[in-house]
Amino acid sequence: MKMPEPDADVIARRAGIARALGKIVPGEGVIDDRAALRAYESDGLTAYRQPPMIAVLPETVEQVSAVLKYCHGNGIKVVPRGAGTSLSGGALPLADGVLLGLGKFNRILDIDYANRCATVQPGVANLAISEAVEAAGFYYAPDPSSQIACSIGGNVAENAGGVHCLKYGLTANNVLGVELVLMDGEIVRVGGRHLDPSGYDLLGVINGSEGLLGVITEVTVRILPRPPSARAVLIGFPSAEAAGDCVAGVIGAGIVPAGMEMMDNPAINAAEDFVEAGYPRDAAALLIVELDGPEVEVDHLVDRVAGIARELGAASIRVSEDENERARFWAGRKSAFPAVGRISPDYYCMDGTIPRRRLPEVLGRMAAMSDEFGLRVANVFHAGDGNLHPLILYDANNPGELEKAEAFGGAILRLCVEVGGVLTGEHGVGVEKRDLMGTMFSDEDLKQQQRLKCAFDPEQLLNPGKVFPVLHRCAELGRVHVRGGRTRFPDIPRF
Amino acid sequence: METLRPTTEDEAIEAVGWACQGGHALEIVSGGSKRGLGRPAGAEVLLDLSGLAGIALYEPEELVLTARPGTTLAEIDARLAQHGQALAFEPPDLGPVLGAGPGLATLGGCMAANLSGPRRFKAGAARDHILGVRAVSGRGELFKSGGRVVKNVTGYDLCKLLAGSWGTLAAMTEITVKVLPAGEKLRTVLVYGLDDEAAVDAMTRALGGPFEVSGAAHLPAGIAALSSVGRVRDPGSSVTALRIEGPEPSVLARTASLRGLFADGHAIDELHGHNSSAFWCEVGEARFHAAGEGILWRLSVPPAGGAAVAGRIADAFEARAFYDWGGGLVWLALPPGTEDAGAEAVRAALGPAGGHATLIRAPEELRRRVPVFHPQAPGLAALSERVKQAFDPRNILNPGRMGGTP
Ligand SMILES: Cc1cc2nc3c(=O)[nH]c(=O)nc-3n(C[C@H](O)[C@H](O)[C@H](O)COP(=O)(O)OP(=O)(O)OC[C@H]3O[C@@H](n4cnc5c(N)ncnc54)[C@H](O)[C@@H]3O)c2cc1C
Repeated sequence: MKMPEPDADVIARRAGIARALGKIVPGEGVIDDRAALRAYESDGLTAYRQPPMIAVLPETVEQVSAVLKYCHGNGIKVVPRGAGTSLSGGALPLADGVLLGLGKFNRILDIDYANRCATVQPGVANLAISEAVEAAGFYYAPDPSSQIACSIGGNVAENAGGVHCLKYGLTANNVLGVELVLMDGEIVRVGGRHLDPSGYDLLGVINGSEGLLGVITEVTVRILPRPPSARAVLIGFPSAEAAGDCVAGVIGAGIVPAGMEMMDNPAINAAEDFVEAGYPRDAAALLIVELDGPEVEVDHLVDRVAGIARELGAASIRVSEDENERARFWAGRKSAFPAVGRISPDYYCMDGTIPRRRLPEVLGRMAAMSDEFGLRVANVFHAGDGNLHPLILYDANNPGELEKAEAFGGAILRLCVEVGGVLTGEHGVGVEKRDLMGTMFSDEDLKQQQRLKCAFDPEQLLNPGKVFPVLHRCAELGRVHVRGGRTRFPDIPRF
Repeated sequence: METLRPTTEDEAIEAVGWACQGGHALEIVSGGSKRGLGRPAGAEVLLDLSGLAGIALYEPEELVLTARPGTTLAEIDARLAQHGQALAFEPPDLGPVLGAGPGLATLGGCMAANLSGPRRFKAGAARDHILGVRAVSGRGELFKSGGRVVKNVTGYDLCKLLAGSWGTLAAMTEITVKVLPAGEKLRTVLVYGLDDEAAVDAMTRALGGPFEVSGAAHLPAGIAALSSVGRVRDPGSSVTALRIEGPEPSVLARTASLRGLFADGHAIDELHGHNSSAFWCEVGEARFHAAGEGILWRLSVPPAGGAAVAGRIADAFEARAFYDWGGGLVWLALPPGTEDAGAEAVRAALGPAGGHATLIRAPEELRRRVPVFHPQAPGLAALSERVKQAFDPRNILNPGRMGGTP
């Protein structure tokens, strides 16, 4: 992975930069000890490692602003970091860059039940928001599997999703407002406690901005009343096709489940070995369909889902009878990653999205690729919204196997795009999928995205080397190329 | 004004390219239902996108529809209804309130304005339903963003940015949206006689409870009297309305438990199927204000404070307000001739809790002088201006319509 050429001049000034930053963030806020910096050398995509030049851990928005202003004035790159769970290398440091950690922004600032929202600092863990409002019967809906650890700021930056996003939306659909510090230190507030901010929908692009547009220092999220009941249906199918048909059948029947997850046979067995969730080991594919709402609704929909599954040839159907059982049904799915981690020294988690009905075909072709690359693959899948998570199993100690896993992963993502899908559903582009962007976007598509980046950060000092395969200078992108000799198009109807 | 009416994407590219080259300002319209909203653009040429029309793709089982911008919402609704589906954000047709008449509204215009109806707080806004877009920037260059799947974080979500940009960033040539199953059954609980504060409190309780309310509006008596629905119009009192949708057994159970909230002696009634649909349509489209010529504001505020904001304005003017989104959306009419449309007082009334006020209807002369869209703090305004330049460096697309440089 080629990163922007480190600036030798900046690296030479390292000691002076650390001193200057120490004045802005006194005490333990600046880390320049090389051993201590190793703690930040990678995020959840551990195949890539690079200790930052310096790490800084501010505690106030004024400090964030001053750090950015200083770095801006001195041509120093900055990489924001939340909890460091990104699976796409979004928080991968730069050798000549300052790592800006938001871990100390860990306070819940306000809970406003009347307006059904909570205002929190970006370093607050996703789950901590739900826990803080639980006693009042509320929760925060987006629930990434990493929710114990990942930060809400990182969720906004990656537009994180989770099992319940099928019904309740992704992060972007649940954020009402943010405070954002631009690379030049300017602090802007977008949105608030009301719906639909005025002016351009900057929240729409800040969600999913992967740390490239600004540093998020405050987030206001919607909180929802917790549904009075929920039940999960565990359905085993003899083929992936049948499971795929069932997903289409449920959606086609006008049912929007709270979650609809699929696992293939290798994933089922890995999970079963790990947590004994009671999954049918012989099933080719397993669906977990969760319905939530008032009890009558849940019971009604459970019957309908079970009916659809039976008609489409389900081999086994079990409905959770109490909360313990529901939790057990989910335990296997939720621990799918560590479960796979037990059957293989390493695994590589992919994240493409496809149109739902192409699933059987994509699984089939993935199996063929698995033979071709000589690497096993286990699949967990947010089936309701077409988001695949193939886990490629490999052993980094075997020379060349990581490269093979990456090549396999790239092939899977190209396949996703080929069938009408996209490169990433919720994990972000980061460094991981950066060089594949061209399979989905034209030059002009990418240039227009970069022009937006230039509106926020014209010197491109914030998290460079991520998302965009080619870095154009903003001045060059801004130039208007007028194609000469345009006549007044005789063909277009005029009045 | 001269009109260009492209009928293909290539022609649209050609038209905008020509305008960019010569620095000709374009006013972009599809159906034209909202031409009267925003600062008058002062354009030289009308770019009429109504010729880019039609549904290009509809896959009910994938919950996805792709259409060209000039496709009317009526056509889309009819097509979706054949499969029991709908645009969940209930795009309102503002044509009637803006004096342009009903039925003109198109998908392009609805997305460009990011307008959403009563279900907004539960189902999301227009911008939450746009999955992909093809568009021509003010540079005359075609770009696309997004795709046709719901889960997608590949690159910046320019779709959301174009939603609500009122044609000032790009001319959209194709739009892909997420569609959803329409609720099987629909009931509306009506509570009579609450004053504005009590009504907002009641809606807050309903929305904070386990009822999954999908519409929450309050009409003071004077507004309720203008309804087309008898049970709303005839009792001669204020009406607070709470909508419940979903599978039948669930709707019946939730309606019953919601009624329990008001067991302490309030007069209650229910609207079923057809009346219910008619009622929420007039709420979403602010039809109660369709007749007059008066000034019309639309305020988005923290919902629990809606009545207080409207109350502060009513202290200064003869204002007639009603509430949607559980109090979070206030439609507020002021008498014709109110000086400067009351802009300063209306915006000051929002107070520190925040929110914004859009001047939906006012004479052209006023819309030239008074900011139609809520003025932004300087840093945010400067950032928005840079975003505009990133898409439209020569300021040829609806210049000045949202404010900024005309
Ligand atoms: C086991 C496991 C399971 C996971 N499951 C899911 C899942 O179900 N769904 C899902 O969506 N993701 C999942 N992820 C991925 C990851 O948890 C999410 O992307 C998460 O949102 C990252 O949050 P973070 O705080 O760890 O961010 P980091 O990893 O620290 O950073 C991620 C990106 O955000 C930027 N960033 C972080 N904080 C800020 C800020 N305050 N301001 C500006 N930019 C910032 C960084 O620069 C970086 O580009 C999983 C990860 C793991 C390890």
